[in-house]
Amino acid sequence: MKKLISSASSKNEMTDKQYLYAVSRIRFKEMALLGRADIEQLMNCKTEKDCLRYLSDKGWGREGQDESSEQLLTAEREKTWELMDELIDDMSVFHTFLYGNDYHNLKAAIKQAYKGIEDFNLYISNCTIEPKLIDQVVKEQDFSVLPEHMRKAAEEAYQIQLHTGDSQLCDIIIDKAALDAIYSKGKSSKNELLAQYVEIKVAVADINIAIRSVKTGKDEEFLKRALAECESLDIQKLIDSAKEGIESIYEYLSTTEYSDAVPALRKSSQAFECWCDNRIIEYIKPQKYNPFTLSPLVAYYLARENEIKTVRIILSGMRNDISDTVIRERLREMYV
Amino acid sequence: MEILNDYGIVLALLGAVLVALVPGIASAKGVSMGGIAGAGVITENPSLFGKILILQLLPGTQGIYGLLIAFITLSQIGVLGGSGDISFIKGFLYLAACMPMIIVGYTSCIRQTKASLASMNVVAKRPDQFGKAMIFPAMVETYAILALLISLLAVNGVGGLNI
Repeated sequence: MKKLISSASSKNEMTDKQYLYAVSRIRFKEMALLGRADIEQLMNCKTEKDCLRYLSDKGWGREGQDESSEQLLTAEREKTWELMDELIDDMSVFHTFLYGNDYHNLKAAIKQAYKGIEDFNLYISNCTIEPKLIDQVVKEQDFSVLPEHMRKAAEEAYQIQLHTGDSQLCDIIIDKAALDAIYSKGKSSKNELLAQYVEIKVAVADINIAIRSVKTGKDEEFLKRALAECESLDIQKLIDSAKEGIESIYEYLSTTEYSDAVPALRKSSQAFECWCDNRIIEYIKPQKYNPFTLSPLVAYYLARENEIKTVRIILSGMRNDISDTVIRERLREMYV
Repeated sequence: MEILNDYGIVLALLGAVLVALVPGIASAKGVSMGGIAGAGVITENPSLFGKILILQLLPGTQGIYGLLIAFITLSQIGVLGGSGDISFIKGFLYLAACMPMIIVGYTSCIRQTKASLASMNVVAKRPDQFGKAMIFPAMVETYAILALLISLLAVNGVGGLNI
């Protein structure tokens, strides 16, 4: 059973290497990334179908297949992972991006076990632990085969779901464990870009949790359980300010490196999400000129994710007849 | 002092060996790194082979310069002909004469490799900018050539000294 688990604990030897071959190939791939002009072209398309045609001309999707929007985006994500798999010998360095899917699958398995249903479509396939294994672990309640970072949270969440039926508490425990796992994986990667990425990812998740908890009237205990530790935010101060209200959170954030996120937070949650993605793109942009290390590969992966997200916003906007102005507000900065 | 004079040849030979070894090792490493990065470029665009090959070979010159100095030194100290009567001071001077090429050869090669790899990335994205991209690593070559010149003059100069 343990063979099904990817070698999450394998040494990060690859991070010390120069990735010369991989970076050279990535330089070519970067030329195929969508730029601001491409996004404008997509925005000028009249229908979703026109967008799909434009993307297909740009080489998106699987060749010779008439795909729906979702299939096209899934195909693009798969292509990115196939490329990374080809370029990187030890994929454990990229587990930072996959842990979220593992924990999603854990949630799905616990919910299914609780409700006595079985639906494998609820699992995400791109992960470090086979969904089949997670399903089996939850059914047999043998959590020892799970990786250490997941073991305790999985057991606790399962017991809470089973005995109290409190799905929200179950989700909080798993989400926090996911953030902790992502954070420690990124920080231990010895790669500066990954460390920066996890820092902003966890901080943004904490800010979102704090704001939502104020809006839904959650107590201090909830926040203590939900917020994950990170270097750029003082969790206790965030909890204290959340107790006083939303303005207090903005005030606290104004004293941190996330001060420029406050106007976006005041605007809407979508604007904040957009701010976060743009900040990540700003962080990774210098990697376009870095000929060594894992960082250009990480930057390319994040740029692809950003690109897919932007295209999804445009496609769904067109499909649902959302006004041009609203779509434009949600568009992300592009890497190239 | 006479006993020490027996070791003059050892010092001179040490200089010749090091000047062949150190820049040679650096060049082998540099050309290898260039080959790895070049393979990545060629995987995506095989038509760039010629341009990439030039950039790959640039860090290889230090090894050749080292070999040249080693060859001249060996010729002068009697290993490859000439007089083998080398005093301790003269042997030490040969070693010192090789030093510019040993040290600058190694360091310039490592730095030139980095510049070459960065230029390969430029060529990968903008093949039309090859001329400009090649100048950056080529500039590093200047210092290897200066070291070669000094070592060459010094080795020849030491040969003419009557000590």
